[in-house]
Formats: sequence, C-alpha cells, structure tokens
Amino acid sequence: MSDDSSVLSLALRLLATGDDNLYAIIGLSMRVSLAAVGLGCLLGIPLGAALAVLRFPGRTVVTALLNSFMGLPPVVVGLLIYLLLSRSGPLGFLGLLYTPSAMIIAQTLLVTPIVAALSRQTIADLNDEYAELFRSLDLGLAARLGALIRDGRYSLMTAALAGFGRAIAEVGAVMIVGGNIAGATRVMTTAIALETSKGELALAIALGLILIALAMAVNLMVLGLNNFAQRRAYA
Amino acid sequence: MLNPQKLSDPEPDPRGAILPLTAHEITLRLANEDLLHEIDLVIEARSRTIILGPNGAGKSLLLRVLHGLKAPTSGEVLWAGAPLDSVARARQAMVFQRPVLLRRSALANITFVLHRAKLSRQDREARARAYLEMAELEHRAQTPARLLSGGEQQRLAIVRALALNPEILFLDEPTASLDPAATLAIEQLIDTVHNGGTKIVLVTHDIGQARRLADDVIFLHRGRVAEHSQADVFFAQPTSAAARAFLAGQIVT
Repeated sequence: MSDDSSVLSLALRLLATGDDNLYAIIGLSMRVSLAAVGLGCLLGIPLGAALAVLRFPGRTVVTALLNSFMGLPPVVVGLLIYLLLSRSGPLGFLGLLYTPSAMIIAQTLLVTPIVAALSRQTIADLNDEYAELFRSLDLGLAARLGALIRDGRYSLMTAALAGFGRAIAEVGAVMIVGGNIAGATRVMTTAIALETSKGELALAIALGLILIALAMAVNLMVLGLNNFAQRRAYA
Repeated sequence: MLNPQKLSDPEPDPRGAILPLTAHEITLRLANEDLLHEIDLVIEARSRTIILGPNGAGKSLLLRVLHGLKAPTSGEVLWAGAPLDSVARARQAMVFQRPVLLRRSALANITFVLHRAKLSRQDREARARAYLEMAELEHRAQTPARLLSGGEQQRLAIVRALALNPEILFLDEPTASLDPAATLAIEQLIDTVHNGGTKIVLVTHDIGQARRLADDVIFLHRGRVAEHSQADVFFAQPTSAAARAFLAGQIVT
C-alpha cells in the first residue's frame, strides 16, 4: 500500500486526466440522484402543499409521520425496495432489481419525505400570510395551491437541493437494490465503500473529493438562492 | 388618476346589483363573550359608509362578518335580500389593515386577480397598468410588491381590489400605520374609487378621517351599533353618550 501523499496525488491525477471509469461512476450517480429528486419533487411538493392547506382528520398524524420519514435509514429503504423488486416479490416481474431504475425508486422514497416535509413548512407559512386574501378573492383549491407553489418557489428549490444532498450521499439503499455492479450500477458512494475495502484508496479518495465538492456546491447554491430571493423580497 | 376609458368594461355587468347589504341580528360569540351583539344594519349602495369606534369595539370583526370571512354565531348577512352566493361573492372586495401582497411584482399582483376576467394576456396587462396608473405606481410596475413603501403597498392593495370590479369595497383601517402624506394619498384614491361608483365601507378609529370621508357613520361601541346616521347629523348631534364622549376626545372603552 502506498503512503498517503502519493495516494492523494494519484487521486488528483485520476480527476485531472478524466479517467473514463471515474467519470462513468460520477455520471451514473448524478443521473440516479437527479432523477430521484425530480420524482421526489413531483410527489413531495403537491403532498406538502396539500398537507399545508387542507384541513382533514388525522392531518397532524400524517405530518408527524412525514417529518419522521425525513430520517428514514437508507439501508431499510433499500431492504424494502429489495423485497418489492426481488424475483419472488410483488413487483419482481418488472425485472428491475440491480438496475439504475431500482436505485432511482429507492432514492425517490428517501427524497420524497424530505421534499414534502420542507415544502409543507414553507407553504404553510406562506398560506398563513395569504389565507385571508385567498378567501376574500374566493379562489379555488387549484388556484390557491398554484399561487402558493409559485410564490414559494425559491424555498421549494432549497427543499429540492436538500433532497439532492441526501440522495447523492447515501450508500445503503443504492448498494442493496443496485448491487454495485461495475459499469452498470456502481455509483460514487458504493464505489468508495468497495475501493476502500479493497485498499484501492486513490479512486476512493478521488470520488470522496468529488462528493465533498458537490456537497459544498449544493450548499453554495442554497445560500445563493436565499440571497437572491431576499434581495427580490420574495422570501 | 383614473382613466375611465381604459377601465370601463366593454359591456355593462349583467350580473345585477348586490346592494343594499343588510345585517340581520348578527351576533358573534367567542369564548362566551358577545363580540358583536344583535347588529341590525342596512348599508345602501354608492355612499361612503364609515364604521367608527374605539379599539375593541368590534369594527374589524363586523367588517369580516359582512364580507363573509367570518360566520356569525347567529343572524345573517343579506345581499339585495338574498344570502351570500357566488355572484355576491365576486362583486365585493376587501383591503386589509396590513396589505397582503403576493411575492411578485406590483404589476403581477394585479394581473393575478384579473385571471378571472376572460382577457387576452395583452388586455390583462394593459388593464393592470391602468390600475397602477390610478394608484400612481406606474413607474413601480416591475418592483417586487414587498419592496414598496407602506403607503405604496396599501395603494397597490386598493387598486388590486378594484381590479376585481367590485360593487362594494371594504377597507379595514387602511391608513392605520401611515404618515399624513401617505394617508392623504390613500384618501384621495378612495375618493376616486367612490367617484367611479363603487360603494365604500371603511373602518377607522380616526375621527378626522371619518369627518373627511363619511357620507354616513355607523358608530360601534362594545359590539353594538350605538348609532347609524348621516355624517353631518352624526358629527353635529351625536345621540349616543358613547359617541358624544368619543367625538369629544374622551377615552371610550
């Protein structure tokens, strides 16, 4: 095994020279997590908005459940999707296990509660402000939700970025339902786990650096969005 | 200022009049206390009706009940003799004490309420700009509404309510937190709205404002109508002890 400094320089060389294997892994990670965030927003934002605006029995319980689902352990979600998609499972006939689609499904399940819970908070606050005006204008539910989602868009983007941060960094779910198959379902986090256990630290460190850079980029985007929204007095 | 050419409807409103507005024995009870007590009122079209009274008299509550935002515990609100329906709903608008503005540009705040009118995008924007002009905010069209000054925000809220083409406009202390210049601008705008034929019902505790604007005055005291009379009669010879004390500048609770 090489010493630390040469491992680090090897990692940097991998990044700089555009190692195909490395970039394929990064590409799949981005594809899977972005798709999961997209789906998570399609499901989570309307769900959060409905919870924020509608009054129905059991709303508090659903909200509490949703909030606790923000912290779902990825391995448990992975296991659940595995059971659903495995040959003998109820959705086994789809043949999705160990494909990127399975990974997207699992990460969607992780991301949706985060997006929904953060959206619910955002839209509930906005609705407190707008509710009397909306009643005075006699707006229907669809128009109300549309206006709330539109005017809350910067905060909702922040919620989506939080979901992305969760998806790109998790390892348990994609490992179980994706199987970490080289060239097919290997993503950054599963590659890091494997390469580290093999003692191939250069690739692991290169991927780790990318992940950290991504996390920082996401946080910078959140800050930038908040600043922009505040300057425009939309937030 | 108002340009009737730009704002008049292409054809007269076929929906008919919703006034007079009648309050029949309205009582609003919260936590075992009558905040409004057996209020009987007839509010006629066109004039400027001022609801005057000390803080806590129930003025804002009465306005909310009349506008249909709050259901009374007992009694009913009638529009041209009939209970509130979608036509009466659409023909009234309200301006709140703290203007509720959407997190959009001043212009977009108005186009938002014009969505109900079936207009092309260009017509909608032209109408919205005419309303901005009326509020003397045309130079602020693209400014986020929440970056406007307090007075500008309230003027925007008033013309946005007007964009609904209401027969009656409720205003809940629209100048409560404004300085005299901004207050004057609001009162001039209210005059313009009144001259355009819209019924004004305005809540205030400001006697000077009531004197400047009122055609008739409803004096509210402890959740009851102490008196309802023409403005000149009310200010010259108030009949209730509470109104006399209030007009004399005494503390009325």
